[in-house]
Amino acid sequence: MSVPALEVRNLSFGYPDGTPVLHAVDFHVHPGERVALLGPNGAGKTTLVLHLNAIFQPSAGSVTVAGLPATDENVHEIRRRTGLVFQDPDDQLFMPTVRQDVAFGPANFGVTGPELDDRVRDALQAVGMLDVADRPPHHLSLGQRRRVAVATVLAMQPEILVLDEPSSNLDPASRHELAHILEALDITMFMVTHDLPYALELCERSLVMNNGRIVADGPTSVILGDRELMRANRLELPYGFDPSLVQPH
Amino acid sequence: MLLYVLAVVATPREAFWAFGVHAVLVGGAVAVARIPAGFLLRRLLVLIPFVLFAVFLPFFGGGARTDVLGLSVSVEGLWGAWTILAKATLGVTASIVMAATTEVPDILLGLDRLRAPRLITAIAGFMVRYLDVVLGEMHRMRIAMLSRGYDPRWIWQGRALATSAGALFIRSYERGERVYQAMVARGYEGQMPVLSSVPTRSGSWVRALAIPSIAWAVAVAAMLAA
Repeated sequence: MSVPALEVRNLSFGYPDGTPVLHAVDFHVHPGERVALLGPNGAGKTTLVLHLNAIFQPSAGSVTVAGLPATDENVHEIRRRTGLVFQDPDDQLFMPTVRQDVAFGPANFGVTGPELDDRVRDALQAVGMLDVADRPPHHLSLGQRRRVAVATVLAMQPEILVLDEPSSNLDPASRHELAHILEALDITMFMVTHDLPYALELCERSLVMNNGRIVADGPTSVILGDRELMRANRLELPYGFDPSLVQPH
Repeated sequence: MLLYVLAVVATPREAFWAFGVHAVLVGGAVAVARIPAGFLLRRLLVLIPFVLFAVFLPFFGGGARTDVLGLSVSVEGLWGAWTILAKATLGVTASIVMAATTEVPDILLGLDRLRAPRLITAIAGFMVRYLDVVLGEMHRMRIAMLSRGYDPRWIWQGRALATSAGALFIRSYERGERVYQAMVARGYEGQMPVLSSVPTRSGSWVRALAIPSIAWAVAVAAMLAA
């Protein structure tokens, strides 16, 4: 078997005040896979995501990205390998122009000159945002900003793309456009979402998290079709949505 | 721009011809940049307080007095008024030309190239970037207050304003924390990276320095003549 793009082993974490958040979380993501992480608010999803980039260090257990353990000495390389797209693009896009923002990541990893320009161009092209390169981020729509946020991470050429609620607050057309773009990217993907049809559309596999534990792991269509599991974990399909009627891609 | 303004300020007040040249220079820049007259005049309104001040100077100034249009005014005050009017108008016009022709990111990039400390340009950049976001938040908080029937207008209603200012501060602080996490997630380690490797061409330098050097030549000539 190939080296997993992401390996989380027995990960536990509590906040400094002692509140436990994650309990023995254990899973793998293989190269090329697209995996959704589902679960109710407060399940620990965002906390888990911040571990994947070594922003939080686990109390116990380990995170390994493409064979490299996320320890203090590897922090810099881990952050290049895990491309984290935050939920609010206003948090992610902080530079005066889109171009500078996309260049920020690779420049931190020592990419300069024409190669940096190429990276920026390729990343913006991949999300169809090349024409706004010289505009300030706050002049863009939310859908555009979210696409640019994806580009800022793609420019680092990560091993795995981690998205926190990529479809939240988007209008249906922007949501669809983003799905189209993500679908076309040739990259391993780990996506936190409350948008269950989105998970079904983009990810062949899903994990369900509740109270800091992984309680299910399997094909997305099977998980969404399991009424007992769904109800026990406060997951709700949109009214009238039947996953068994959706044709797989 | 700064060099030009300094040259204007350094020009002795008696050298009327020198101010004429300065005015032609900045007027030329306005023409080349095709700045509409209305745009320029509206922005020149910031001068009004200075103009008012300048108008009163001749009446209240001390020293020798002279008669202008039948009014007795102070010679010293008259000179003061002239200096303020001429120098301020030229300086402000030069700033307007820069503000009208150069986008904020370009100004920051320019400062970077002029070796301004990157921490300062980064802070200025963040300020510009998040001004809209914070104003938007403030606006939404005000709407939320209005929609629940509260419209603080008077000073004794300041409590609500103070609490919303506090809430805004906390929100901005928390956003700062999230932005920092996002920066760290992309490999930030306390030093803003160099993003632009394009060196400034000597042609740009020559063009950028043309107007200030003429202005300085005029200022020095005027000083020598005085």
